[in-house]
Amino acid sequence: MGVETADDRCRNDKSACTDKRDMNDFSIIGKPTAMVDAAEKTTGAGKYTDDLSVPGMLVGKILHSPYPHARIKAINTSRAEKLEGVVAVATGKDAPNPYGILPVGHDEYPLALDKVRYVGDNVACVAAVSEAIAEKALELIDVEYELLPAYFDPEESMKAQTDLIHDNKPNNLEKDYHHAFGDPDKGFAEADHIAEARFIANEVTHAAMEPHSTLSSFELDPHTGKLGRLTVWSSTQVPYYLQHKLSLVLEMPMAQIRVIKPLVGGGFGGKSEVIPLEIIAAVAARKAQAPVKITYTREEVFWAHRGRPRTIIDLKTGITNDGRITCVKARVVQDGGAYCSYGVVTILYSGALLGALYDIPNIQYDGYRVLTNKPACGAMRGHGTVNVRFAFESQLDELAAKIAMDPAEIRQRNLLKPPCITVNGLRVQSYGLPECIEKTVERSGWKQRHGKLPKGRGLGIACSHYVSGAANSIIRSDMPHSTVNIKIDRDGGVVVYTGASEIGQGSDTMTAQVAAEVLGCSLARVRVIAADTDLTPIDIGSYSSRVTFMAGNATLRSAEDVKKRIAAAAAKKMNCAAEELVFRDDVVFKKGSAPPPAKRDQAEEVEVTQAGASVSGRVEGQILRGSLQQKRKDEGPKEWMTFEEAVVAAIDFHGALTGTGSYAPPPEARGGKHKGGGVGPSPAYSYSAQVAEVSVDEDTGEVTVHKVWAAHDCGRALNPVSVEGQIIGSVWMGMGQALTEEMIWKDGMLMNAGMLEYRSPSSVESPEVEPIIVESIDPEGPFGAKECSEGSLAATIPAISNAIYDAVGVRMHESPFTPERVLAALRAKRKDKALNLTEGVDPTDPTRFREHGGSLCFKGKGPERHALDPARRESPAVTRGAD
Amino acid sequence: MKKELVELKINGRTHELAIEPSALLLDVLRQDLGLTGSKRGCDESSCGACTVLVDGVAMMSCTLLAASCQEQEITTVEGVSQHGSLAAIQKAYGDWGGAQCGFCTPGFIMTVKSLMAENPDPSEAEVRAALSSNLCRCTGYSQMYAAIKSAIAAERNAMVEAK
Repeated sequence: MGVETADDRCRNDKSACTDKRDMNDFSIIGKPTAMVDAAEKTTGAGKYTDDLSVPGMLVGKILHSPYPHARIKAINTSRAEKLEGVVAVATGKDAPNPYGILPVGHDEYPLALDKVRYVGDNVACVAAVSEAIAEKALELIDVEYELLPAYFDPEESMKAQTDLIHDNKPNNLEKDYHHAFGDPDKGFAEADHIAEARFIANEVTHAAMEPHSTLSSFELDPHTGKLGRLTVWSSTQVPYYLQHKLSLVLEMPMAQIRVIKPLVGGGFGGKSEVIPLEIIAAVAARKAQAPVKITYTREEVFWAHRGRPRTIIDLKTGITNDGRITCVKARVVQDGGAYCSYGVVTILYSGALLGALYDIPNIQYDGYRVLTNKPACGAMRGHGTVNVRFAFESQLDELAAKIAMDPAEIRQRNLLKPPCITVNGLRVQSYGLPECIEKTVERSGWKQRHGKLPKGRGLGIACSHYVSGAANSIIRSDMPHSTVNIKIDRDGGVVVYTGASEIGQGSDTMTAQVAAEVLGCSLARVRVIAADTDLTPIDIGSYSSRVTFMAGNATLRSAEDVKKRIAAAAAKKMNCAAEELVFRDDVVFKKGSAPPPAKRDQAEEVEVTQAGASVSGRVEGQILRGSLQQKRKDEGPKEWMTFEEAVVAAIDFHGALTGTGSYAPPPEARGGKHKGGGVGPSPAYSYSAQVAEVSVDEDTGEVTVHKVWAAHDCGRALNPVSVEGQIIGSVWMGMGQALTEEMIWKDGMLMNAGMLEYRSPSSVESPEVEPIIVESIDPEGPFGAKECSEGSLAATIPAISNAIYDAVGVRMHESPFTPERVLAALRAKRKDKALNLTEGVDPTDPTRFREHGGSLCFKGKGPERHALDPARRESPAVTRGAD
Repeated sequence: MKKELVELKINGRTHELAIEPSALLLDVLRQDLGLTGSKRGCDESSCGACTVLVDGVAMMSCTLLAASCQEQEITTVEGVSQHGSLAAIQKAYGDWGGAQCGFCTPGFIMTVKSLMAENPDPSEAEVRAALSSNLCRCTGYSQMYAAIKSAIAAERNAMVEAK
């Protein structure tokens, strides 16, 4: 790993680190910390949903639609029901209530009622005693379909007059927004140079390593004797939204539904809404009157999707001769798939996040979220901003070249001057972008190397940003977005109850660190109980990078609340004012007094803790407070107490200690009043600048990324090892979207529904990433922290495309930059004849058809189509990839 | 399909089990024996989350018939920690951020175990090549290299101390 950082030094040489830190420093946060659940994960002891089982549990399997758009005329499940081992077969009429993650988008049914809208839509569910029997039963369900014309291209779909995907959405338009901020016409009039181009970012998906899984189990109600409370274990980023949607669909009060989130094997947004199996498992369990577990196969995960939509961006940017941006105009069309999902939010983010990175005085935005007969797209890491950022940063690079300005400098000329409110109503306070640019430029040797590397090798720079949580929740209200409770009882253990969902990003560790830092106790004392709707207070979930900022702030306030009580009691024992006390390293002492000598070393710290424990040891479950108090009395008031002594002192007054804290974003951070103005505002934005170094093989069009320098302003790094992991992971995922990852569709059929065919990069294809942490100390973040998990992703794609330009002089307008597309661009530049690799090839012939390699898995004749299907009008050998 | 009696030696313990001849090792581990550390990330040997050691060789248990593993030594992630404490590679994965969501981690731990047994001092290129049988969507692999480097150093130090 590249240059040794201060944190590496801390890790390698503990004394060097402690020596540097005086009493104003932190004792827990800011140090590389292994995740609190690391051992569970490395030993395999931790349980994910599919690892769970309950007595009498059945296996659920879902029947998916083979057609992209069809009316269901009849479903006959009787043959399946007769199969030995089948307990129940559920269909649409078993739960006919619509739902959807957004209040404006309740357009999904657990199982199709009358229509299927994509290949993979959910038709029926079998609950059986084994997976093999359930699979066999699926083949015995008879469904009669009437095929309808299907829409696969968003721009075609927008012209639809008949056979609409949803009857209440004319022109298959889910939602469109038209925003103008400042004076766009005047902005373009003031520009000396204008660039205009169409960019396309193809569809990508999360492909989290853990396939979605849900286990649903009803209890019998002791009073009515019928099915009563429901417990659901699910791989979700949003347990409370799941509880809410289950309540709507099942017509049960939320209080009767308990959602528990076990370990989650990655989300990236793919588990940030209610995924069909989560509802279907409950519907099937109700019908079977037995617990049902459904786990998607990897192929089903691809069909369930909810990833980043294919996006067509028509972008126009104007600048002055001295590199100032005068205006940006974007028309964005998103291929949203068959249901709303998070679509309305995605299309708004795409426009709103044109702001808050640079100082842009005039913005015009026209966004169209379009329905097509493909799986619904939803939220994915960098929700809404990534594809537009690719277009914008590429175009800015082009404009810099036009005025012969260094691409790093043009970015520095357009910086915001915070604190400020952008033209589209976004409040920016902490702003580490200047330092991010400075550091990546310095570390990458940009000034010496950009434009000067041998042909075929190049450097590119780009910037990005992201919200630290949405300032407005999906359901607009003044309710806190996070609440955290803390309990400290006689054992001196600190139990933190948080609804925040650990999905691998380090949520539980962050919670424990913040609580331990505030209470001045060791991390080992803190136990985090998270994401169980019966036990933990409401938190709206792990999405939009909100957990550190919002749940972190709630934890901080909760810990302050309980600390007040401990301090009051300790102050009495120590004959001083509560404000004079310092809590640190499991000791409470008076400010200014020398801290107890044994405190600075961890080994001794444990000893003292144990000594404290023996003083207040247990006899028959009771703490011997008497002896402790007697000992204290004998010794008179002291300069310091152990944390445990202080806790016991406080419990003498209160009984078990509890504290509570909440976080709601401040009103001034909630954005403008315009229609759709609720999406985009955040209490704080993270910033990233990146330089990518690539080489391009001009004969094959293959792009290799050698290294990425990524500076990220995360406010304050609470756990540097996690922050670096998030930066590297974001850059890596951005690189996947830039070079290889793409969902390839043929008439509504996914051609590459597998981890290898989708081409998730392996260790061999992954470049070195040098993470650079920038700390701007946000005034409202917990200890100044902001998000670090998403903001870096968006800059990687344009950094790579700009590096390709530096290497070989072509501008890539469509991602991913596959060898085919790069080669096409190179040939076009040389005015060579375009290669058409699929000319005259029958796509239904698997031995001949080799486009992208993905079609190797396309073995059949493809789905049957309606004669008027627009996809049938063109020749089947469609040319792709030409830039 | 009629079940047959087989004997599997897993993590040093012998289990007598009645399984279908078509049963996959991963399903037997997870469902019959409750060893859920090995994960199912796909069904086609493409992700490596189900990697176990069979006679010391890293194999993907999602496409391996359980019945074919009789009389072989199977090691799963549950058999990696030693004497009730974390093995060096497990500790290092935690300390250096090699595991985020942790779902792919057991598979990686097994792949790394087999790499370290075969090649006690691998170069970075050799580590990359070895890890390419397993996929991770969280880490971008970088922090795993650091973890592996530190685990190798820790094991070497332990050996020096033992001498």
